[in-house]
Amino acid sequence: MTNDVMVIGEHFQGALSQITLELLGKARELAGPLGGKVEVVLLGHAVEPLTAQLGAADRLSIADHPLLEHFVPETYEAVIAQRIKQAGPRLVLLGSTSVGLDLIGPLSVRAAVPCFDNCTSLQVREGRVVAISQLYGGKIFAEYAVPETTALVAVVPGSFPAEPGKAAGAPEVLRLAAPPAPRTTFRRLIEPPPGDVDVSKVPLLVAVGRGIQNADNIPLAQELAETLGGAVCASRPVIDQGWLPLTRQVGKSGVTVKPKLYLALGISGAPEHVEGMKQSELIIAVNTDANAPIFGLAHYGAVADAVEIIPLLTEQIRAASG
Amino acid sequence: MATLRTPPIPAVPGPLFPEIAGAPDKFRACLQCGVCSGSCPMGEVMQFPPRKAVKLLLDGGIDQVVASNTPWLCVSCHTCSTRCPSGLLITDGLFPSLRAAVMATGKIPDPDLQKALQNTYLYGNPMGTSPKKRADWAKTAGVPVPIISQLRRPVEVLWIVECTPSFEARGQQISRLLARILTALGIDFAILGHEERCIGDCEWLAGEQGLFEMLIERNIETLKKYRFREILMTDPHSYRTLLNVYPSLGGNYRTKHYVEFLAERLAQLKPMLKKKLNVMATYHDSCCLGRKTSHYEEPRALLKALPGLKLAEMAQNRESALCCGGGGTTTYLDRYIQEQTKDRLADRRVQQAAATGAQILATACPFEPARFEDAVKLTGHEGKLAVRDIIELLAESMELV
Amino acid sequence: MKIAVLIKQVPDLVEGLEIDAGGKALDRDSLRYIISEADDHALEQALLIRERTGASVDVFTLDVGEARDSLTTALAKGAERVTLVAAGLEAAPGSHALAELFAAVLRPQNFDLIVTGVRAIDDLDGSLGGLLAGLLELPYVGLIRKVETGPGGETAIVQKEFPGGFVTELEVKLPAVLGIQSAEQPPRYVPVSRLRQVMKTAKIGEQAVEPPQAPPIAVERLFKPEEGAGASMLEGTPEELAKQIAGLLAERHLLK
Repeated sequence: MTNDVMVIGEHFQGALSQITLELLGKARELAGPLGGKVEVVLLGHAVEPLTAQLGAADRLSIADHPLLEHFVPETYEAVIAQRIKQAGPRLVLLGSTSVGLDLIGPLSVRAAVPCFDNCTSLQVREGRVVAISQLYGGKIFAEYAVPETTALVAVVPGSFPAEPGKAAGAPEVLRLAAPPAPRTTFRRLIEPPPGDVDVSKVPLLVAVGRGIQNADNIPLAQELAETLGGAVCASRPVIDQGWLPLTRQVGKSGVTVKPKLYLALGISGAPEHVEGMKQSELIIAVNTDANAPIFGLAHYGAVADAVEIIPLLTEQIRAASG
Repeated sequence: MATLRTPPIPAVPGPLFPEIAGAPDKFRACLQCGVCSGSCPMGEVMQFPPRKAVKLLLDGGIDQVVASNTPWLCVSCHTCSTRCPSGLLITDGLFPSLRAAVMATGKIPDPDLQKALQNTYLYGNPMGTSPKKRADWAKTAGVPVPIISQLRRPVEVLWIVECTPSFEARGQQISRLLARILTALGIDFAILGHEERCIGDCEWLAGEQGLFEMLIERNIETLKKYRFREILMTDPHSYRTLLNVYPSLGGNYRTKHYVEFLAERLAQLKPMLKKKLNVMATYHDSCCLGRKTSHYEEPRALLKALPGLKLAEMAQNRESALCCGGGGTTTYLDRYIQEQTKDRLADRRVQQAAATGAQILATACPFEPARFEDAVKLTGHEGKLAVRDIIELLAESMELV
Repeated sequence: MKIAVLIKQVPDLVEGLEIDAGGKALDRDSLRYIISEADDHALEQALLIRERTGASVDVFTLDVGEARDSLTTALAKGAERVTLVAAGLEAAPGSHALAELFAAVLRPQNFDLIVTGVRAIDDLDGSLGGLLAGLLELPYVGLIRKVETGPGGETAIVQKEFPGGFVTELEVKLPAVLGIQSAEQPPRYVPVSRLRQVMKTAKIGEQAVEPPQAPPIAVERLFKPEEGAGASMLEGTPEELAKQIAGLLAERHLLK
């Protein structure tokens, strides 16, 4: 085992995923005290253009092959497992994402190494790697030492800043072998329906959660959004009920947003949602539950019924806007 | 003029018969007169209004009714059952049976109703809130609200608060005001707090007989532990279920709704009603307090006692009152019902209220303020017609707000 | 086609969680358990496949806590067989240990499809599905929201979720393990009377396995996030709150 930190890179639709830079920045931070190097493993097809953004790494291990063009768990796992066994890093960082989550279990078994999920904090303390993971819907945190062996850690997106991962540099490049023929094949990509608002581009967001209670109250939220000059978005439960289209979903399986204003109305603040909006500049939350996790994240909060507050707020904003 | 009769009381809770296709004998007395369909506020939307549904039941064609929109459009207003010359258990027997037949397939048409039933099974309330939080509303009541398990002595009045008045914002506010009124009257009362579970009216009418029986068993067990002279209730749905159905499974209690309880104490209340309200009000007879248990005059007596309040009557009042559309689980079927009809009963009722010239629509059922206030907005009467529970009006006049 | 569904119970968040005096585990006395939400979806997805293709559905769970009840519910929903896996454990172990136990149970049984929830709220050391697939050397795909079995029952076409509403469709040669995020329809309802009926006649199979070798995870401490440390809380009536919020927005020049 070396003291290196390995990052499993991700990309989607030709763009490097933000999580990769977040993990790269963290890897850089840890590699120092661990006394090792930073390696990014990047799989795909025609991924050369993406490598320019990975200057912060010491080494890039690239597998470029048509079979790797789209993420297929089996092919990626085969290549990465091989590399882990070869390189024997101290830590392997993955995103707790549609990609990382499919890999972490099979890799843990194939490379015979422990794995951990839901990580929100990683530090080197007195030579040990100490991690914190969030559990139980974000209500409980667990602190633990990552064992003194190669270990896989899946990190919640947004836990670490991306900036430190953007340093320039000229890493050495290693080519990895193609994967064997898999039992899983990619058929097609299904895109979300077009023509709706891209909430990641709207600076003022009115976000509704279960506390909006029923579909009848959505127009109230829309009126508030219009008065503000913003748009309505929602947490998963609202989308699952069909009260708003999939494109309005903020959170793990939805969109990540960084607006100037995020009004969290009737949203409890479950981790899957928080992941998608924690970087908002101003978060104001309204929820009937004084213990809702959202209040730990918001800048301002009020314990009240979102359904009551929304029309009153619309009125106030109209009056204030003149 | 229809006669004011209390509808028949089912001797056994839950659906009349496990397989409604068999044993239709109880319905053989049907005259096919059509008073039920004619009285039904949803009769025009149902694919098989009550008369047709009974006919199909007798002719062996009930499966068609089960598969139609009919089972889920009944608002449990009891108008049909009250007027049926043969005294058939349409609302409390036929419709829960139809719903039970649909539920046996595992498919419930509205996810809100499924969630409400699942929550009641797990937590004893349809909201899905921990029972430990049942008495949270009382923390800011402004007066002590004792929990009977902590009192360790008998009480005069055990107040069963029920789900909506315990967990929903407006309902909680009304509960706090009633606590203050009871205190002002010097009543020795207590609540069940975390031991309270849904009485089961919605579950019964939803056709969830198993869940209903589970709730009754649990509630009777809990009540056995305590000594109290009478039970006070704020929710008319639970009131009529506790009054009329629990006895057949061994739960016999002296049970009163707050309109009766407070009307009994009118002489004591009157001098406390200091503030003049100077307003015209009209009273909506809720189905459970009205047709199902015949409490027509007590709420009116309370309203008339309020200084400065003039009472107007809507054309459809007392036995002919129009349902708000929220009873018998329909509160959880709004989405499904909206797919079937855009005509909302609450809107119709609010129009009737506005037509009397009243500024206040007075209610005595916790489901109503939310439904009627939505309807006030949707029918353009915002600012002209306010919805108030009788408790809120009394508390205002007693200067307890 | 034979489908195996693996389910587990997790603490119910509605009832609140407390950390025990030792500070390294939850206070079990204060806990109430319910089926893990994604596992409920996995069961529903399996039942849907059964309805379409006549496949058989076998449900397995570890014998801890109120696990028996979850199997009764599965039977009431239409599962063919349900099995309690007994490993002499007092509390639910981590995912590695669970994967070891289920691998031992499933290896000799030749299921075509093994489904489980893609993750659970108490998954610290990864989730069951991927680990189990690794041990059984089967392909794994997670975050599934739709499963169609191919003709002849030799493949499954699955839809996997990505952020932003994107979905990829993959074809997997069976046997395989799938981690379900959500079934094609919400988990079906079982009337309580049917549940009680099934409870009286339910045949719950039992299978004993060796306790797992995988070491327990050494948690150093559990803690709750600082309550409300983040937000400055506003007070007042709804009208006053609305005014204050509008004021905050105006201060920051966020209003038109």
